[in-house]
Amino acid sequence: MSIQINHLTHIYNPGTTFEKVALDDVTLEIKKGEFIGLIGHTGSGKSTLIQHLNGTISPTSGEILLDGENIHKDKTKLRDVRRHIGLAFQYPEYQLFEMTVYKDVAFGPTNLKLAPKQIHENVVQALETVGISEEIYQKSPFELSGGQKRRVAIAGVLAMNPEVLILDEPTAGLDPRGRDEILEAIRQLHEKRGITVILVSHSMEDIAKLVDRIVVMHHGKAAMQGTPKEIFSHVEELEQMGLAAPQVSYVFAELKKRGYDVPTDIYTVEEAKKVLYELIKQVKV
Amino acid sequence: MIRDITIGQYYPAESPIHRLDARLKIIVTFLFIVSLFIVNSIWGYICVALLLGMVIKASRVPVKFMTKGLKSILFIIIFTAIINLFLTPGEDVLWEFGVLHITIQGIYMAIRMCIRLVLLIVGSSLLTLTTTPIQLTDGLEYLLHPLKKIGVPAHEIAMMMTIALRFIPTLLDETDKIIKAQQARGADFDTGNMMQKAKSMIPILVPLFISAFRRAEELAMAMEARCYHGDENRTRMNMMKMQSADYRAMGMVVLYFIIIAGLRMAEVFVPNWI
Repeated sequence: MSIQINHLTHIYNPGTTFEKVALDDVTLEIKKGEFIGLIGHTGSGKSTLIQHLNGTISPTSGEILLDGENIHKDKTKLRDVRRHIGLAFQYPEYQLFEMTVYKDVAFGPTNLKLAPKQIHENVVQALETVGISEEIYQKSPFELSGGQKRRVAIAGVLAMNPEVLILDEPTAGLDPRGRDEILEAIRQLHEKRGITVILVSHSMEDIAKLVDRIVVMHHGKAAMQGTPKEIFSHVEELEQMGLAAPQVSYVFAELKKRGYDVPTDIYTVEEAKKVLYELIKQVKV
Repeated sequence: MIRDITIGQYYPAESPIHRLDARLKIIVTFLFIVSLFIVNSIWGYICVALLLGMVIKASRVPVKFMTKGLKSILFIIIFTAIINLFLTPGEDVLWEFGVLHITIQGIYMAIRMCIRLVLLIVGSSLLTLTTTPIQLTDGLEYLLHPLKKIGVPAHEIAMMMTIALRFIPTLLDETDKIIKAQQARGADFDTGNMMQKAKSMIPILVPLFISAFRRAEELAMAMEARCYHGDENRTRMNMMKMQSADYRAMGMVVLYFIIIAGLRMAEVFVPNWI
């Protein structure tokens, strides 16, 4: 399922003193099966943009095409749109409300009026994907730890079997282990099931490690687009926008400055490890 | 959508009305409401409406904000009008059906009540639009102060109001977010019968209550961590002091009252020809 965003503009509270242009003529294409990283300073329009993609807010002007069809053309079909495009908001655990984990995850597929057997399959699969084991199914979601709650909430979106999954800072406020578990689940979803993923994150490390393409939002515009290597090579521009490249790349910039022969386009710890091993060997000889 | 609610909203602007002492504004608003029920004639209402218009102009709050507040109580206005129109007893009956009847007096009564309601809402929303919630509750606390002697917890009431007002936009935002999150999971709030609609509120209300309790607990903790212990020995950051402009405004209000009362008196002597 491909998404085409054409000249999308969104203005909050138009015509009042609280008026704010959140999105300013954004044009963007998201192809099927892509893993997109959406980065930008707080207030740059990321959240507004992703809320447009499943139709929870309507554009002031411009259009969003899902497989070539405007999602706002037929309001009654918005639920279909939401079925295909799963959106997990920031702190999704605040949406939990059911008596048991199982029932809460089943909320989405039940709303889609799937057959009971299908609902059960979806729920179990979603909970397995996020690593929630069976003995927790009948617990109250409010008894769980923060990381578990977050995963149950994300499972609630996954249970609708979306073809596109949008996650707004899924790791915010989690401990390192909770963060790794969630990111791993997302990576597997993308690799094994070929789901298109749009990940909003403030962690350049996570973005560098996971995504195929980065979209940088700045003042409501899609300021830059490209592969992680392309985007992170523009460190100065990123810093002007209140962003940064992954920390590890600064190490290599410094090494280069001190006269070592190292590449400067290293953005993940894995890559860094390899290059540094080589470097240490060379230096020893 | 849900953010359109404007009752109790503050409109930031630089104006003489914004600068007035909050205590004065509360008393004036109260007197204004009383005056609405003293006024009885069309001329009186024209006079009041003109004056209110002038105050609105001086406050630099767009008229749109006033009418927005009115929209939300349109139902109450219409309801009041209908009740008065059909149920007011009178001599000049124009139409009758069972207990329902339309009389000349009823028509006048309905018009009068509508005008009163509209002026009342616009006038009191002017208070909240031009006064920050903090000033408002500070003013209220001051005005309630004398009642402390008979055991009214003035400070606590003011603090509760401050907190409640402070959290209205927060909870509205939260509601908006929860609605969107549940919509993203295919929830449907618009179709179905009454029962289904009521049931569809559960996925919104449960998370909303949980977050409200969580916020309350966090706030209580944060306040205690900063040594809040109620009214005793608490000093104020902003002392309220009446300025010369406040006294001038007070003078105008007195004048206003004299005119209103005068018009009412005149009515007693002049036959009621409207």
